[in-house]
Amino acid sequence: MPLYSQIIQYVLSGITIGSVYAIIALGFNIIYNSTSIINFAQGEFVMLGGLTMIFFTVMLKFPLVIGFPLTVLVLTLIGIIMERFTISPIKKPTVVTLIIVTIAVSILFKGVAMLVWGKDTHFLPPFSGEKGIAFMGASLNPQYIWVVGITVVVVVLLSIFFKYTIIGKAMTACAVNRTAASLMGINVKRMVLLSFALSAAIGGIAGIIIAPITLMAYDNGAMLGLKGFGAAVLGGLGNFYGAIFAGLLLGVMESLGAGLIHSGYKDAIALLVLLLVLFIKPSGIFGVTEVSGFKKF
Amino acid sequence: MDKKNSLTLLILTVCLVVFPFIVTNTYYISTMVFVGINGIIAIGLSLLMGCAGQISIGHAAFFGLGAYTSAVLTAKLGFHPWCAFFLGILLSSCIALIIGIPSLKLKGHYLAMATLGFGEITYIVFNELTDITGGPSGIGGIPKIYLAGYAMNTDIKYYFFVWAFLLLILTLSLNLIHSRIGRALRSIHDSEVAANAMGVNTSKLKIQVFMISAVFGSVAGSLYTHYVTFVSPSSFGLFFSILLVMMVVIGGMHSVWGALIGAALLTILPEFLRALKDFEIFVYGAVLLLIMIFLPRGLIGGLEYLFNRLIKKV
Amino acid sequence: MDNVILHASKIKKTFGGLVAVSDLDFTVREGRIKAIIGPNGAGKTTVFNLITGILQPTGGEIQFQGNSITRLKSYRISSLGISRTFQNVQLFSNMSVIENVMIGRHPRTSSGIMSSILSLPKKRKEEKEVRKRAMEYLEFVGLGDRFDESPENLPFGKQRLLEIARAMATEPRLLLLDEPASGLNTKETQNLARLITEIRGRGITILLVEHDMELVMGISDEIMVLNSGQKIAEGLPREIQENDEVIKAYLGEA
Ligand SMILES: Nc1ncnc2c1ncn2[C@@H]1O[C@H](COP(=O)(O)OP(=O)(O)O)[C@@H](O)[C@H]1O
Ligand SMILES: [Mg+2]
Repeated sequence: MPLYSQIIQYVLSGITIGSVYAIIALGFNIIYNSTSIINFAQGEFVMLGGLTMIFFTVMLKFPLVIGFPLTVLVLTLIGIIMERFTISPIKKPTVVTLIIVTIAVSILFKGVAMLVWGKDTHFLPPFSGEKGIAFMGASLNPQYIWVVGITVVVVVLLSIFFKYTIIGKAMTACAVNRTAASLMGINVKRMVLLSFALSAAIGGIAGIIIAPITLMAYDNGAMLGLKGFGAAVLGGLGNFYGAIFAGLLLGVMESLGAGLIHSGYKDAIALLVLLLVLFIKPSGIFGVTEVSGFKKF
Repeated sequence: MDKKNSLTLLILTVCLVVFPFIVTNTYYISTMVFVGINGIIAIGLSLLMGCAGQISIGHAAFFGLGAYTSAVLTAKLGFHPWCAFFLGILLSSCIALIIGIPSLKLKGHYLAMATLGFGEITYIVFNELTDITGGPSGIGGIPKIYLAGYAMNTDIKYYFFVWAFLLLILTLSLNLIHSRIGRALRSIHDSEVAANAMGVNTSKLKIQVFMISAVFGSVAGSLYTHYVTFVSPSSFGLFFSILLVMMVVIGGMHSVWGALIGAALLTILPEFLRALKDFEIFVYGAVLLLIMIFLPRGLIGGLEYLFNRLIKKV
Repeated sequence: MDNVILHASKIKKTFGGLVAVSDLDFTVREGRIKAIIGPNGAGKTTVFNLITGILQPTGGEIQFQGNSITRLKSYRISSLGISRTFQNVQLFSNMSVIENVMIGRHPRTSSGIMSSILSLPKKRKEEKEVRKRAMEYLEFVGLGDRFDESPENLPFGKQRLLEIARAMATEPRLLLLDEPASGLNTKETQNLARLITEIRGRGITILLVEHDMELVMGISDEIMVLNSGQKIAEGLPREIQENDEVIKAYLGEA
């Protein structure tokens, strides 16, 4: 394959994996905006999403159109359970306590997944076959189109939700100023619960669409979560479009780095760029420095 | 250091000396060696996190730098172990300086991400720099370290060796906390803006305490290397960095004693849970969760609470 | 005593599109009490943040005792002799009351990392001295008996006094007080007025941001009025009280 089609190949797979990072980053942002918590179990939602989908469609042989919504439903419930039983009981939450709690939850999720699905790597068949589509000299995996397409749908639906629905607007208000929101009669606790449910649901979607490409095992959550967190920070925590841009950027860089430089250093390259960006712009590409400087940890 | 700390330190020393005479099982002694090694890093991280309020999710890197410097220099290049030990300290503090200057300008979750990224990059380098580090298969055949002519070649000798280091580091840390510098560090934790306005050079102090904690990490790494005589990257990854943070928080961030208790719990607990096989990870997660929900100030906070209740009753 | 201690020329601060302080000129004379008044959001706190280096100005220059401090770091400015209190009290809540004041001694003491870690005799002697001096400042503001408590246990008025003690401990030449009377009752405010004049009596210049007009008119030598980041009036208390533009700014324009 000539170099330029190789590059196209890398960019295409970069955009695909980047879309998934973007969705995961959005999951981080939704919870961060309503609670200032970085949910370190976000990656586990993705893992659970992939494995639950495999359970419904591979083990129970449900069709995709049923397995998909069922999986999202299960993940929503998991998000609600997590908030009710681990976040909400904490009386005096500090950022560090919450970080540890979400890490503990992620360990628990991993344990549950290991008990249910074992330590094997599971396979989810691509949604529409594996025959590559020729595209500018490169071969396009049809699953890539599913991933990018579903990502676009998720992004559009989320922006409609936050801009035009009452609940979405209430959540945005909480993100801007929690005290003011509660004075305006918004039930902040309910919003926190909702943010966990929503975040788990879209984490689950990320898991469903990525599973046919990367396969899924009980211990895949941490790395996916890490990349998504990277994207969220790179885009400026809490910034919706920043997360999407940064997710795609990370995905493409990682893919190009792996293909053109050295596959062992692919994560290092992505992280290095992330560090350099933070060192130049301490609050991410689209973050606001002066405000974040005053936010207490 | 005040009376309470000196007394606790004395009691701890006595217990440590008596311990191997009561418990002679080498397995327990060996576990205590690891408690000591983890304790040294956790104390350093507690200075950074609990005292100065700056999080690091990449401290396994400094542990690894110390361990690999000792391993590479002694096993491959025939350096004297103590020489490698001090070069490890030098390397770690230089890297802490270089990483610390830009990173510690970051706040909150951004700092968490930056240190995490640094830790991951270091881990990847350990894996990929095969010519020097041996890659994923690691480096073996590391010689024992000598102290005043005695080889530290048995569990019991190493036990005393490691815990002597820990007591030294603990004493120095307690001194630091109860000083002008320690007070300034605590002020950064509460309000960096106010600390600066009162004339505290917060950027410099944050970098200094980051370097100190890196040095402690490196010391622990070298001690680890000469104990297990084999290093491979898997001991220095993200999981260990997170484990270190958990030691500090579970034990109680506001006190270096907490870090020590946290290190002990999280080193000993998995040994007990090993019998549970696949359920280990599950119980482990549950224990962490319960401690955090019911003891927000960590184990030491819980102990303090009990102690105060007891005093009130008497 | 007519020396200029602080001189700000054309200082400007913008936050994104918002102009918080715009081309502001003013001077503070040594040994005086100067007040800055103006409605909420006028930019008063921002001026304090610019003087103390917590924020970097978008433009302009600030001179302290004849030297430019515009680009200096906050901690350097503090050790040169400018100290402050905060509108939203910023005490160190994990330390005792006296330790809060001891932080104020930081720029006037010198024990470094090494002597701290090794607990050298020099360090221990200095610690004793620091504690003694901190106690004096606590007694000065009337908090001597509460030195061992957590600052969070103090009533709000006393927290404000503690901030003043902490600022005084740095031995400033210029003290900036940001709304020291807000949240205080009448008696506490009278006590505060006495304290501020006493501080001036020690030769310390004071720049005061305050909404309590009785306090401002009672103790200030000079008043500057800010609105939307601009100076709309400056003069003696009596002149300000009669100024139409000031009255308009406060009552809101029709
Ligand atoms: N760190 C900041 N980031 C963004 N805007 C700020 C910041 N600090 C102050 N402002 C804005 O600058 C203006 C002046 O604020 P401030 O100086 O606090 O007013 P005052 O103290 O007179 O009430 C306000 O509109 C405020 O919202
Ligand atoms: Mg103000």
